Amino acid sequence: MHMPDGLINAPVSIGAGVLVAGAVAVSLKKTKGSLDSQTAPMAGLVAVFIFAAQMINFPVAAGTSGHLMGGALAAILVGPWVAVLVMTVVVGIQALVFADGGLSALGINILNMGIVTVIVGTLVFALTMKVLSKTKSSIVAASAIAAFISVPAAALAFVIEYYLGGNATYDPMTVLISVVGVHLLIGIGEAIITALTVGAILATRADLVDGARKFLPKQKLIIKDSVVS
Amino acid sequence: MKLSPERVVLDTNNAHEHGHGVGDHLYVHRHSLVHDLPAQVKTVAAIVFIFVVVLTPVHAVGAFAVYLGLVFVVVKIADLPFPLVLRRMLIEIPFVLFAVLMPFFGPEPRVEFLGLSLSQEGLWSAFGILAKGTIGVATSITLAATTRARDLLQGLETIGVPDLLVQIASFMLRYSAVVTDDLSRMKVARESRGFSATGVKHWKVLANSAGALFIRSYERGERVHLAMLSRGYNGTIIDLYKPVVTKKDWRTAMALPIVAASIMVIAWITL
Repeated sequence: MHMPDGLINAPVSIGAGVLVAGAVAVSLKKTKGSLDSQTAPMAGLVAVFIFAAQMINFPVAAGTSGHLMGGALAAILVGPWVAVLVMTVVVGIQALVFADGGLSALGINILNMGIVTVIVGTLVFALTMKVLSKTKSSIVAASAIAAFISVPAAALAFVIEYYLGGNATYDPMTVLISVVGVHLLIGIGEAIITALTVGAILATRADLVDGARKFLPKQKLIIKDSVVS
Repeated sequence: MKLSPERVVLDTNNAHEHGHGVGDHLYVHRHSLVHDLPAQVKTVAAIVFIFVVVLTPVHAVGAFAVYLGLVFVVVKIADLPFPLVLRRMLIEIPFVLFAVLMPFFGPEPRVEFLGLSLSQEGLWSAFGILAKGTIGVATSITLAATTRARDLLQGLETIGVPDLLVQIASFMLRYSAVVTDDLSRMKVARESRGFSATGVKHWKVLANSAGALFIRSYERGERVHLAMLSRGYNGTIIDLYKPVVTKKDWRTAMALPIVAASIMVIAWITL
């Protein structure tokens, strides 16, 4: 959910903005250092993918439906550094071009939906893969767990911001229980969709899944003498 | 959040366009002072204005009325249709509910209103969220309706937003129509095979589409990258056309936050 202006006070909003700027600076440095330094077109298309994937409606029941947030998915697919940049751009464009989310809350929205989800998703995925066997099905399972945790983690980040600078009179404890509680449910949906999507990509282009690359055996290039008919 | 399947408009930088460019979802074409201001100047002015609004004490009811009036003046100068702005402001509704429920749960002291016991502090907080949120969303909509996405990105780069972020954003906007078209083709393909999603049991099919969409998008990114490399792309995009920003532009745009800031100062002093 994109926060509007006025819900969180100015100092906390600016503080969130500073954290975002820091995370983006680190991510820019990390992606610049990587082998393919000119990743902009690829990252741009991944941003469109996240943007479009958020538009796929997953019907739940009785006319309600949910959609993906995509932070953990992006982290697993393209790695945390590119994912931070991609999610920052997606949330930023939503605010500036689509008027979705307050301008003063831009830092908060990017932090919660773009950075916390990516960091938590990455960490949970890495930790889960440490325990599990290094197979495709465990990559799918780890994606599910990472996506599941990332959603209430984003909600928790909001509750912390609310505790520090919320302009509302709801008791922070009540907000904690209700907001995180609801997002545990949303997290289940996010987990299923993320796992199924990662599974679908692993089945056809496993080499594109950044999180899977180091766990799967390197594919050998085989050149055969003649075409077997 | 919706994207209409807009078509790419010939992307010449200085031609006079009446059509919509890619990503100009909320853009309303007019010839006005607000439209003519450079994008980054408008964006900075809007952000400073919103922070002034957010920093104003909630008890200064009059100040918020003036702020709302200021936004309406800008909407008027920009020649935007009011019904359109109001309709787009409906995006705020979920938070209206959040705010409206607040007085019922807030702390003591309580006031009686139409037989309801309402928390006084809750009422003020609810008013604050509604007032600030409403002014905020109206400002965002005015900014989006008067600024082309392409100008915005170009403008952001000149005020220090990292080049790579701007490039990612421009690729995202440029290809959003292409990728959403991909998505709708997949939908057509699914439905022409008799599929309609009704519940959780259909998520696997939808997720397969999402997976296919990722592979298509990624591979398209690779192709675009290679095509650009073969045309001499080295990581930076050179703009042949640089918008000229004058001091007058800044003065005009900053008039809004400066007037608002003086109101805020008065509000703080008099309360």
